[in-house]
Amino acid sequence: MLRLAALEWFPIRWNRKPALHLGLVTISRREVVSASLAIALALAVLLSCGAASAATLDQVKDRGHLVCGSNLGLAGFGLQDDHGAWAGLDIDFCRAVAAAIFGDASKARFLPLSSKDRFTALQSGEIDLLARNTTWTLSREAGQGFLFAAITYFDGQGFLVRKKQNLDSALDLAGASICVQQGTTTELNLADFFRANNMKYEPVVFATADEAVRAYEASRCDAYTTDASGLYVEQRKLAEPDAHVVLPEIISKEPLGPVVRQGDDQWFNLVRWVAFALLDAEELGVTSKNVDDKARSEVPDVRRLLGFEGNFGEALGLGSDWAYRIVKLVGNYGEIFDRNLGEGSNLKIKRGINALWSKGGLHYAPPVR
Amino acid sequence: MRRRSDEAAAHRRLAAPLSRLATSPALRRTLVQVAVAAVLGGLLVAAFLDVRSNMEARGIPTGFGFLDDPAGFDINQSLIAYSATSTYGRAFLVGLLNTCLVAAIGLVLSTLLGFLVGIARLSPNMLLRGLASAYVEGLRNVPLLLQLLFWYNAVLRPLPPPSEALLLPFGSALTNRGLYLPAPIAAQSLAPVALAALLGMGVAFVLFRRMRGRHGPAQGVRVAVIALALVLPPVLATAAFGWPVTFERPELGRFNYAGGLRLTPELVALVMGLSLYTAAFIAEVVRAGLEAVPRGQSEAAAALGLDASRTYRFVLIPQAMRLIVPLLTSQYLNLVKNSSLAVFVGYPDLVQVFAGTVLNQTGAAVQVVLVTMAVYLAISLVASAAMNLYNRRVALVER
Ligand SMILES: N[C@@H](CCC(=O)N[C@@H](CS)C(=O)NCC(=O)O)C(=O)O
Repeated sequence: MLRLAALEWFPIRWNRKPALHLGLVTISRREVVSASLAIALALAVLLSCGAASAATLDQVKDRGHLVCGSNLGLAGFGLQDDHGAWAGLDIDFCRAVAAAIFGDASKARFLPLSSKDRFTALQSGEIDLLARNTTWTLSREAGQGFLFAAITYFDGQGFLVRKKQNLDSALDLAGASICVQQGTTTELNLADFFRANNMKYEPVVFATADEAVRAYEASRCDAYTTDASGLYVEQRKLAEPDAHVVLPEIISKEPLGPVVRQGDDQWFNLVRWVAFALLDAEELGVTSKNVDDKARSEVPDVRRLLGFEGNFGEALGLGSDWAYRIVKLVGNYGEIFDRNLGEGSNLKIKRGINALWSKGGLHYAPPVR
Repeated sequence: MRRRSDEAAAHRRLAAPLSRLATSPALRRTLVQVAVAAVLGGLLVAAFLDVRSNMEARGIPTGFGFLDDPAGFDINQSLIAYSATSTYGRAFLVGLLNTCLVAAIGLVLSTLLGFLVGIARLSPNMLLRGLASAYVEGLRNVPLLLQLLFWYNAVLRPLPPPSEALLLPFGSALTNRGLYLPAPIAAQSLAPVALAALLGMGVAFVLFRRMRGRHGPAQGVRVAVIALALVLPPVLATAAFGWPVTFERPELGRFNYAGGLRLTPELVALVMGLSLYTAAFIAEVVRAGLEAVPRGQSEAAAALGLDASRTYRFVLIPQAMRLIVPLLTSQYLNLVKNSSLAVFVGYPDLVQVFAGTVLNQTGAAVQVVLVTMAVYLAISLVASAAMNLYNRRVALVER
């Protein structure tokens, strides 16, 4: 006999006094309560699956702020200080998007996510945009329904080891235990590297970078592996940074960039062109300091970028001064890099391949025209 | 006349179901149940189709085809053959078995410890009672996650790196990478020796039954005869066919020991944390069960001249079991579910491997979460079914 949960589990047992008389049929009060409960449940199910997927930009505007998925805490990319203020390259990218939309860089809010949870959060619509040192790969893009809007940092995976082990190369790591964070390309590259070189190893896998690094420090592992930028940051946090060294090999390509859901081209374009505007501004010498003077600039590229000529922002669903706002409120790519990772920070990471193409690096943004 | 009564009968037949609906609450309830079930079922199907088409529209994988794709990541503890080229489906099995392993060891340890502590809480010895209470209160009130992290550190920190391993007998070694033991390896067919051992057990069993009772031989003779029956056949078989097992000793390499059997610190920390925590709850269950046995029972046992241990074994615990078993079941289920905190100490259980890495890499969140929930549900159902069976055995049989 079919017995329905809602009818049986309902804890309150009133006396069976009749409550409703419908002609021939008399229904007890308990029956009424049970039935309404079941209907409420059914309605909830019905309503919850009919959630409409409106355009992201409209949603963001209605809400009044942008929600970005960010790192749990990786200095230089996304880290919250003791007062709750966020800083980092990814953080500034989100602020640039907020500046373009609202003319107010503070309209970006951050949801810290572990490597493992970041994609589910984006899939389920909890965040509008994922900017969390995330590597662009085919399976993440085509396989999971995402789009990478641009590359904001060119990275690669390396190994951190103890100096006293006297290792010269990652190829000496045969048989080693290696601490690694789950849900990363790191975990896969590691398997590939050892397979390709026909070496054995033991992966010790943790949910967050903190735990992985702590286990490495407790000597549970011979090496800790992640993106070179991450190694740089984590090494600084160790009790004795100088007792450790990063091995020379970079075993993978890790192009990091902002990610959006597939199916909303307008939003994708907006995010992508915010990234390009940051690079174009640097290339054209437009900075947060001189952007106001550029109103007098005669250079057509500059005039178009900043909206003094033409209305390119409109095509993105933004005002014509979209890029002006970005540079004025957040700065250009070079300024952001310098402030978070480069000479202006305590990390002092070199621009290297992250320089503009015109300066020997890889960053090359299409023109605004 | 006749026609009229025919009509009346037809009328009555038509009206019957309706009036029965009006008068029989049982029928009405059934009807309501069926209707609501149909509506809910329909909604579930609709929701399922809706989710599916939404997922398809967003380019999120639907279905379970991903289980056949190569996993591409490694796992450091596996009870079955596994490598980075194995499939996601295989990785799922590895995680599942690792969960079962922790659960099985945890159940045994927490039960043993829980019973000891539970009985100790009722001990007449004040020190013992105090210690047991402190144990229960201390462990019950500290979040399990903290305890796991504590044990992981407690296991890792003091142990030496492999290069300075504590060397134990038979080539065993204790390091912060785990406890390495020599692994038994079948050098040749185990069959003759195994058969001989089985034979010996059979003989021992028969002898045991024969010699039971008041008129049998003395205790010492019995033990000797049975021990002989157990040991002699395999020894003879070994003599005839050769020693069937060799041991592979763990060898120190540049970084780690290789070969042999290995208990990882992650497994040890997880099992320890889970068992100690669950034992505190089991102790309470046991204490409650024992306290529910009427005082007269222990007094009667004392009057019969039973000592404390026999009183517990033959009088108190069998009666307390009726109360303990159902409560124990829910503690066991908690232990199984709590084992999913494994990821925090780096142990590759089902949640870490499947709901963690596999979900992340495939993006098949809905499927992976459903399967994971189904697995925990299945484990729980099997466990409660087993406990219910056991409960029926210990339940009071009215005679
Ligand atoms: N770029 C890689 C790795 C990204 C990643 O999660 N890196 C780690 C290690 S640097 C991290 O940010 N961890 C921060 C945390 O979990 O607190 C990817 O996209 O999979």
